[in-house]
Amino acid sequence: MQVNGEFKPKIVAFCCNWCSYAGADLAGNNRLNYPAEVKIIRIPCSCRLNPMFILRAFQRGADGVILCGCHPGDCHYTTGNYYARRRMTLLFSMLDYLGIERERTRVEWVSAAEGAKFAATMNDFVQTVTKLGENRRLEDLRCKK
Amino acid sequence: MQEVKQKAIELLQSGKVQRVLGWKTGEFFYDLTPAVFETVEEIKKDFVFSPFCGANLSKYLIAESRKEGKIAAFLKPCDSYSFVQLLKEHRIVRENVHVVGVQCNGMCDIEAIKAQGVKGVTAVRQEGETLVCETLYGEKSVPYAAALSERCKTCKSKKIVLFDELLGENGEDDPDCGRFDLVSKLEAMTAEERFAFWQQELSRCIRCNACRNVCPACSCEKCVFDNDTLGTANKAAANSFEEQNFHIIRAFHVAGRCTDCGECSRVCPQHIPLHLLNRKFIKDTNELYGEYQAGADLETRPPLVDFTQDDCEPSVVYTRGGNGK
Repeated sequence: MQVNGEFKPKIVAFCCNWCSYAGADLAGNNRLNYPAEVKIIRIPCSCRLNPMFILRAFQRGADGVILCGCHPGDCHYTTGNYYARRRMTLLFSMLDYLGIERERTRVEWVSAAEGAKFAATMNDFVQTVTKLGENRRLEDLRCKK
Repeated sequence: MQEVKQKAIELLQSGKVQRVLGWKTGEFFYDLTPAVFETVEEIKKDFVFSPFCGANLSKYLIAESRKEGKIAAFLKPCDSYSFVQLLKEHRIVRENVHVVGVQCNGMCDIEAIKAQGVKGVTAVRQEGETLVCETLYGEKSVPYAAALSERCKTCKSKKIVLFDELLGENGEDDPDCGRFDLVSKLEAMTAEERFAFWQQELSRCIRCNACRNVCPACSCEKCVFDNDTLGTANKAAANSFEEQNFHIIRAFHVAGRCTDCGECSRVCPQHIPLHLLNRKFIKDTNELYGEYQAGADLETRPPLVDFTQDDCEPSVVYTRGGNGK
């Protein structure tokens, strides 16, 4: 998205209900800044993330997608994030194989106590994606305004 | 090759099975299609086993094994891997299937034969290392290796994993078959080159769903791509998103369960090398989570329904394979 001639990326952050979403809350409570371009979607667990969610996000105009979940070992459902970790590794590797910029996708583990980490992660990710520019390789012109 | 037909007749006559799953000629002699035979007459008339029996029969057993009576199925090494994988997923009623293992010398591709400059082929037979083709212009022979379909050139295994009886001798798997060579070559390209390569391949997709329908691993009763409201069923005229989406998700849904039988690429009317997507997942799981061959046994847990506490992080992708950008 271009705002006043400047590129502002759209970022979709999938956050797990139990850790990262609370982490984002904590970042807000502590008045820690992170870019408004980050749109958070709450999911029950990081392993709820269907790979199609990521592709759909890109289709509908996201320039970067980040998944945040509990640290491995701390999953509310005991093992969900272990499965998510394997799936996302394979999916990201496949996206890279198809020539889609590998920095557009990321996984970070953010606990409910890590508001500062959440803000820092988002700042860093937005910066990275801003450098990459608009998502062209996984876009869908039918979804563009 | 007559041996297989004889066995089919024998099994039916003995009453051991009520039906036989094999191949019969489709529109052309090289276009063999899976078929169920119920009488000896039908078998005598239509049953064929030739170097064009590429079709994997395992998927048909999902429906056939649920019917009444026992069915005999002729399974090549590739098919037997798919069969075991389906058994593992509880999709086949084992008691209703009598598996006859048939050894395979690699299956031929009519396009490969035509590429050798042989035209008007009407029949073929294998004689040792050569394939003798009867054509409208007399007999011609081509080296058997040159007539092989793409997937059989890098055959991973001649081992029939599971069988009730065996025709011919059982073979061994071949870890050095070089089936990942092309994947490695692609990985070594730059992201731009890879994108251009896949763009060129996938943009030919006509969304006929043949790859999905033929795949023994794609056996869900309801498929995510059959959703009319999703837009996936359309061939996007605007750009390439739906093709990318379809092929990424199709390959992802069979990741860890794909036995690499190569049916997807065989049936693709647009000759898209779909097996390269599946092999990427196989190569990745092998490298990151340990060697795993789907369908090789009934016990080992598939990599995507398993984990260890010290698995690598997804960020491994940023530094792994290829030359970065």
